[in-house]
Amino acid sequence: MKAATLPVQRPRDARLLVVDADGRLAAHERADLPELLAAGDLVVANDAATLPASLSGRHLPSGATIELRLAGRTAAGAPDEAQRFSAVVFGAGDFRMRTEDRPVPPPLAPGDRLDLGPLEAEVLRTLGHPRLVEVRFAGDADAVHAGIARHGRPVQYAHLAEPLALWDVWTRIAGPPVAFEPPSAGFVLDWKFLDALRRRGIGFATLTHAAGLSSTGDPVLDARLPFDEPYRLPASTVTATCAAKARGARVVAIGTTVARALEHAAARPGGLHAGSGIATNRLGRASRVQVVDVLVSGTHEPGTSHHELLRAFVGERTLARIDAALEDGAWRTHEFGDSVWIERERPQPRWNLNTATLARRFGQVRTTLPA
Amino acid sequence: MNTPLTPRTPLRVAVTGGTSGLGLALVEAFAARGDAVAFVARHGDAVAKVARRIAGSHGIVGDIARKDDAHAIALQVGAALGSLDVLVNNASSLGPVPLALLADTECEDFEAALATNLVGPFRLTKALLGLLAGAAREGAAVGTRPVVLNVSSDAAVTPYAGWGAYGASKAALAHLSRIWNEELGPHGIAVVAVDPGDMDTPLHALAVPDADPATLKRPGDAAREIVARIDRERAAAGARDPA
Repeated sequence: MKAATLPVQRPRDARLLVVDADGRLAAHERADLPELLAAGDLVVANDAATLPASLSGRHLPSGATIELRLAGRTAAGAPDEAQRFSAVVFGAGDFRMRTEDRPVPPPLAPGDRLDLGPLEAEVLRTLGHPRLVEVRFAGDADAVHAGIARHGRPVQYAHLAEPLALWDVWTRIAGPPVAFEPPSAGFVLDWKFLDALRRRGIGFATLTHAAGLSSTGDPVLDARLPFDEPYRLPASTVTATCAAKARGARVVAIGTTVARALEHAAARPGGLHAGSGIATNRLGRASRVQVVDVLVSGTHEPGTSHHELLRAFVGERTLARIDAALEDGAWRTHEFGDSVWIERERPQPRWNLNTATLARRFGQVRTTLPA
Repeated sequence: MNTPLTPRTPLRVAVTGGTSGLGLALVEAFAARGDAVAFVARHGDAVAKVARRIAGSHGIVGDIARKDDAHAIALQVGAALGSLDVLVNNASSLGPVPLALLADTECEDFEAALATNLVGPFRLTKALLGLLAGAAREGAAVGTRPVVLNVSSDAAVTPYAGWGAYGASKAALAHLSRIWNEELGPHGIAVVAVDPGDMDTPLHALAVPDADPATLKRPGDAAREIVARIDRERAAAGARDPA
């Protein structure tokens, strides 16, 4: 694979590696995506907009230049929810330097003050790693969001030469600004595609999942990725998903965040219901996939958490063939790269519930409104 | 006024140009009935003053004419409201002040009017479309739809001499609204352009300095009409509203 180095969400020559339920591989143009869908299928996408989560500034006790990459919310439901974040701290430099080559920040301790342009923050504590901290911003929620909107830059990596603007990382359906990196599988979507779905009787639904950092350059921290990610599942999406499962139609997840949220929600006591949750699950070989039949995703290199997630959908041998095909065909990787369509492999008796079982399982699920 | 049988779910509303004239009256009208309102204006002091005065409102400093501000504004709207049921593109530029014949209008002034009255609403609507579409999907089950209301003018229809930059930009905005509505209607989003009439506002005072305010509509009255129109459009999902 090679890095996609231009921030174009829908390059005309984008490719789609299609892996069917029998493990057969076929190379398509990504523009073929609507034709892979059938009437009755349900496409589910992540409508999170991406925060400009990279904040440059100074660690006041040492005077050192730092970059703070917001990584998560740490105080859901608390009065100061909007002010508190987890963040990965880097020393001097910017995205042009590979994260693994970045100098480490000065030692960080509770009470340290950070000057981040229009924002002021205080380190509350370290989170099990000297570079992962919880911070609290000064000011009310609106002031914090204004500061992030004005001063923050999209988190990006060394494979891209030019700085990204916010519009580069917002999908065509980006809504609630809760993601820290773009849910980039959603770059395949545009309104022409949504029109095509509507015309052809294919359902479209969304959830909002706060996609987190994909890499920190620190092996110990990277091993902890993905961090816990909050999501919100609208009642309309639960209804559409349960109906699709009940009639035996496919649920097509646009992106690993969608798969993670749906499977987390379905595994909770009482099954899929509307409202908020925190995805603490890690999809992989041992996962029992209950909802998602097809995953549409970027191409991912072995060793990443996204790649591990594919093991929930295909067996070892098929995954090896996928990796080889992507490598041999010089497919483009990273957020602006090519895509894969991976249908859950059959037969896998451990995972494969028949339609009647699914209808029983999902037909009875109550749809509850968010509080 | 009818008493609703069930408590009305508060709307999530964004208004541009929210610190004076019709925009301010709209912020007041929505806030007074318990809706959550985020408003946008260029000057930080004025924004802070209105946000302090109107409880529960969210002030956002930004210039809709600037490309770089569109997503920053959308981000703050989304963070403050979580979703979006109503967007009112109200902020307007008169073009050259005092008003000028087209032949005397500097190209830069013409472009500035287009930036505020046409390109700005286009960009902001586009940046907020994800929130609006999310509200459309959730509202479909209960028969409501989000509404984008673009404030237009009779100058968009009638060719008044001296109103070239303003009139041409508002005419384009009105047509933009019709095309958006065609394209977004099937996705459950309504887009309308509304002429609020001649009002006693700072913009009108710039255009017609010697007008007698007593002959002009009060912004509060125009705001009430617009809120009523939005409520009708919201409910017009599926079957056409007879009103």
